[in-house]
Amino acid sequence: MKKTYKIEVDCANCANKMEDAARNTAGVKEVTVNFMTQKMIVDFNEGTDLAAVMKNVLSACKKVEDDCEIYL
Amino acid sequence: MTKKQKKMLIRILIAAALMLILRFVPLPLSGIPMFLLWLVPYFIIGYDILRKAWKGILNRQVFDENFLMAVATLGALAIGLLKTGDYDEAVAVMLFYQIGELFQSYAVGKSRRNISELMDIRPDYANVEQDGELVRVDPDEVEIGTVITVKPGEKIPIDGIVESGESSLNTSALTGESVPRDVRPGDAVISGCINMSGLLLIRTTKVFGESTVSKVLDLVENASSRKSRSENFIARFARYYTPIVVFSAAALALLPPLVRLVIGQSADWGDWIYRALTFLVISCPCALVISIPLSFFAGIGGAGKAGILIKGSNYLEALANTGTVVFDKTGTLTMGVFDVVDIHHSELDRETMLEYAALAESASSHPIAVSIRKAWGRPIDLSRVSKVEEIGGNGVIVEIDGKRVAAGNSRLMIRLGITPIECHSAGTIVHMAIGQEYAGHIVISDVIKPDAAEAIAALKAAGVRSTVMLTGDGPSAAAQVAEALKIDRVHSELLPADKVEKVEELLSAKKSGETLAFVGDGINDAPVLSRADLGIAMGAMGSDAAIEAADVVLMDDDPLKVSKAIRIARKCMGIVRENIVFALGIKLACLVLGALGIANMWLAVFADVGVMILAVLNAIRALFVQKL
Repeated sequence: MKKTYKIEVDCANCANKMEDAARNTAGVKEVTVNFMTQKMIVDFNEGTDLAAVMKNVLSACKKVEDDCEIYL
Repeated sequence: MTKKQKKMLIRILIAAALMLILRFVPLPLSGIPMFLLWLVPYFIIGYDILRKAWKGILNRQVFDENFLMAVATLGALAIGLLKTGDYDEAVAVMLFYQIGELFQSYAVGKSRRNISELMDIRPDYANVEQDGELVRVDPDEVEIGTVITVKPGEKIPIDGIVESGESSLNTSALTGESVPRDVRPGDAVISGCINMSGLLLIRTTKVFGESTVSKVLDLVENASSRKSRSENFIARFARYYTPIVVFSAAALALLPPLVRLVIGQSADWGDWIYRALTFLVISCPCALVISIPLSFFAGIGGAGKAGILIKGSNYLEALANTGTVVFDKTGTLTMGVFDVVDIHHSELDRETMLEYAALAESASSHPIAVSIRKAWGRPIDLSRVSKVEEIGGNGVIVEIDGKRVAAGNSRLMIRLGITPIECHSAGTIVHMAIGQEYAGHIVISDVIKPDAAEAIAALKAAGVRSTVMLTGDGPSAAAQVAEALKIDRVHSELLPADKVEKVEELLSAKKSGETLAFVGDGINDAPVLSRADLGIAMGAMGSDAAIEAADVVLMDDDPLKVSKAIRIARKCMGIVRENIVFALGIKLACLVLGALGIANMWLAVFADVGVMILAVLNAIRALFVQKL
């Protein structure tokens, strides 16, 4: 189950860090952060609660880059 | 500029002005009061960095650039307070760092907009007639089978078929091709083209989301999400680079003074700590991390403008390493339409021969039959034809005006006890017999595209080592085409299934590190397209299957675009390599100079920001592909 989210992040390295942080969140199978188009494409594990997982992804991302935003 | 960027610009200007005043206006102050005065511009320009650094520490993200900038500048302030009385370095480092960040965000935003504008093919509305009036509606709301009106100057919003009206279409936004295409009722048209002359009524055949324009936009927007090896390399590199530099800085601050103490010299703590702080300023991998994806993004955007859709940065990379190009002949090097080219050994005149052939083949929808009927070019009187007998794989036997006429290959002739005259021309041969007499044969051949030979030569010039042609034609016809086009190798008499096998054979034989690209027309070759290292589908306007299966999609059917795509990819990869070498080289040089005490913080921050600006500007160069 793949979903695309609009994000806001200022620096390219922070985008890489967000990608790492999101990938290590439970329920996320694979994730790509596209800095140029400001998008996060998340591939979820089967049968996960998307809203709950994305909440964790957001807080994990906020931890590595305070200035980022994910529009859920 | 966005609000955020404007705010930053104002902060930069104020801090710079304050700094100049403090530096050049002689004030009767020194010591602590002077220090406090210098803190004003320092906090104006750097408060957000300090705040982020503090949050980073709380979140255990020590190695982020905010933390490093904070440590470097606070360290410089401390040295100023305790030793030198100079505080300008700390403020300058912060200032230039922020200028660099501002430039980066501005340049990236600008190029993002530029590239989206290049691909500005998204239609905003569709005209639908409701209660006798034309109403503009959202293309998303138009159902399949609705008749939409497209006025001159408007974009066709949804794929469909022309119901009425004649016009010429500008397809350049999709194909990069500037010659307009004429359409008349019955023609299929695709969304994204601009209607240039007449009013068109179009019956839609797809919903907006499935239309060409939506697919193309989706593809281009998501292309940079498939990351290349270079991008992954840089991301991994950035992960290690910063910690390594930080630990080296710590070592530089501690080890030399300790060694000096042991061998009985003065420790010079201040000097070595200063050198270590210089290290920290160079520790941000920004230039690399931003310029590499930006180069790919620009390259993909530029290619899209030229009618070449590259589905991901990884494919752009693969394209640049193309060593072998395999063509599926029909539809790529040839038009994919058959034409009667000659008639041999016939006692009858050309017209009569074609008339008989057209009548004989009147019931068939085979491309060969279609081409014969087209060559005859007149309406067919079906009442003259009777007793149609199709012999699968051989041909057809019919009665025309009461005479038995056979049309087919040499096996059909032999079956009927007639000796055919073998033909030495390339192409498909249709032998004809009228009654029991051999009547000659018709040579039908696929027409080679006018640009095909040039395209092969261009591939060679672009550095492709070998070109291969796969075809279902017989060996002599295949060899003739290959010779005309100067193709290195030919494999003939292949059934569609054999093509996958052949490509696998070629894949195992190629040099490692090189890409094998397969070029097909998107019809029936989806398995081969996905099996090759790189599948290139040609003439894919409106063909969903090809867009799905291929890695690179050429919007029109010009074979020259293959070499153009390779050149675009090479240019882009060249820029990527330049940026990696350039940025790493300068950083390394600054690190060495900093460690030796030759480079001060000014130089370090100039190098850091300067490299980033140059790398970003260089990356944007990848966008300009028109002249390639």
